[in-house]
Amino acid sequence: MRTLSLIMIAIASIILPAAPASAQLKVQVVGEEYVPMRIAIPDFGAQGPGAAEIARDLGEVLRADLSSSTAFSLINKASFIERNLDIALPPTFGDWSVAGIEAQALVVGKVIVTQASSTTSLTVQFRLYDVYGQSQLIASELTVPTPLDWRRLAHKVADEVYSRLTGDTGYFDSRIAFVSKTPGEEGFRGRLAIMDQDGANAEFLLSGFSAVMNPRFSPTRQMILYGAYVPHPVYPQATLLRTYLYDISNGRQEILAENPGSMEYSARFSPDGNSIAFSRVVNGNADIYIMDLARGSSSERRLTRDSAVDTSPSFSPDGKKIVFESDRGAGQQLYIMNENGEPMTCPSGAREAACRITFEDGARFGDPVWSPRGDWIAFSVQRRGQFAIGVIEPSGRGFRILTDGYQDESPSWSPNGRVIVFQRTASKGAGPKLYSVDLTARNTRRVPTPRDATNPTWGPLLK
Amino acid sequence: MRSISMTALAATMALAVSACASNPPPEPAPAPTETAVVAPPRVTPPPSPPAVPTPPPRTGPAAGSKADFAAKVTDRVYFDYDQYNLDDDDRRALNAQVAWLKQYPTTRVEVQGHADERGTKDYNIALGARRAESVASYLKAQGIAADRIGTISFGKDKPLDMGHDEAAWARNRNSYTNIIVEAVS
Repeated sequence: MRTLSLIMIAIASIILPAAPASAQLKVQVVGEEYVPMRIAIPDFGAQGPGAAEIARDLGEVLRADLSSSTAFSLINKASFIERNLDIALPPTFGDWSVAGIEAQALVVGKVIVTQASSTTSLTVQFRLYDVYGQSQLIASELTVPTPLDWRRLAHKVADEVYSRLTGDTGYFDSRIAFVSKTPGEEGFRGRLAIMDQDGANAEFLLSGFSAVMNPRFSPTRQMILYGAYVPHPVYPQATLLRTYLYDISNGRQEILAENPGSMEYSARFSPDGNSIAFSRVVNGNADIYIMDLARGSSSERRLTRDSAVDTSPSFSPDGKKIVFESDRGAGQQLYIMNENGEPMTCPSGAREAACRITFEDGARFGDPVWSPRGDWIAFSVQRRGQFAIGVIEPSGRGFRILTDGYQDESPSWSPNGRVIVFQRTASKGAGPKLYSVDLTARNTRRVPTPRDATNPTWGPLLK
Repeated sequence: MRSISMTALAATMALAVSACASNPPPEPAPAPTETAVVAPPRVTPPPSPPAVPTPPPRTGPAAGSKADFAAKVTDRVYFDYDQYNLDDDDRRALNAQVAWLKQYPTTRVEVQGHADERGTKDYNIALGARRAESVASYLKAQGIAADRIGTISFGKDKPLDMGHDEAAWARNRNSYTNIIVEAVS
């Protein structure tokens, strides 16, 4: 369940009797695809200085969030019959179910700006109604200490509505970190940046580092792992590749696993955020290691021991398995191994150090990322001269291509495992941009960034 | 780690909120001054073309300098697609590097591995590392002390040629021997 934060207060005051559980309004699912629910969101009411403008903008962000998912179909405001709804009163349900509108769900809300002696806070109250069931599904109130945070309120309302109607957790009140690229710069240059999931509020995170790669969000906290090319401390003309841990909340960062003569990169958090898996190159050979963050390098364990390239590790949601990329067999393929280093019994019946899960002829797989729900592994695949994003079940079944750009790579899951954000180079020589796609391959959308962008990583829901 | 203390949690949220509240312009400013705890590192500028000092009359690059190395030997060897083995041409070029390095025993090198843009970022870093290691191992086998040689891989992210065709890719699959300590004269 959602954890309430100190700055947000949610109350559920039931005005109307809830519909019986058997008749609860829910977005229908066919296969894995949502059947979009028709939802009406009239502009919210407003009370207090500046509230009208915030109400209008908040409504736009709320509608944009819900329509960016595949679960909802937003009804055109121009068609609405009932206007100026009062949040304190039930709506006229017949006005919303009438032919031409046919809303299944209705959101009514009010924005309140409260000025105390020296502070101004922002509150949103809203109700979610089942139009045909003529019942109220949510009555909630959320407050932030400053009206500047109005976008977060919009995302939190969207998350509550999405969660109530799909039964899944939301993902709108979350952030995406990425590497910001200045067009024309060399490929290894780039700065760590972060933005809201919808592209708003983009900003840089680190001032000094100019050659950052592969940022990876903690699934539990506002912390990011990233790789960076940095000067050698003794021979400044030489370059090292190191992995860092960055705490967004206090700006603190630390270097992980600093070994002379090795490179560390491609680090990812375990699902509890307490450990990392990463690649280390020693004498030209890349292998996978894991390390407990609190205990440091003394807790390192080496998981692969062969001359093949073993890289891009990603944990399963239970933390017990790791999917990775290796060329130990035929070209670059995806494999799964045990986190504890024990051999596995593969579908072939053989006991192996790791089980291969991709088999398509002539295709080269990379960037595997295990969904936080556990049901899918996203990857990039190079086939027929193009890079696409796809998904496959951990069993190796269900191989499916989701995107068809010229070069799509570096996928990252939304915190609920429903949407994938990735990096797209649309044509030869084009600048890389960020896109998102639903796991059913529908709804490929551009995620706006101020400049070119690579290596998106989707963070957890904010608290 | 799940049980973060309430104060830490509150501080985190307060900071997260104030970050949201800062309402920055859409184009991030390029040089904020705060937050770097580690001394801001500067990344080595691209190694070529080498900086040639203003030439005094009738002399070339200073003996034992990076420019001297670039003028006298082939500083880059090339690889086939997804390969990291050395052929006879590569070994001839590396033998010249070895001779130069033996002539200037106080110099140090960083062997940089590079890959073309086909393949994932992570795989190409590993592939570039294999190429750098091929060259570094050869230099060591020819008698250059291991502590004079370092390796780094830039994968596909520091291409010599910005093109996107076979010719560019062939140029971008290379290992570059970068002089990081010149001989002092």
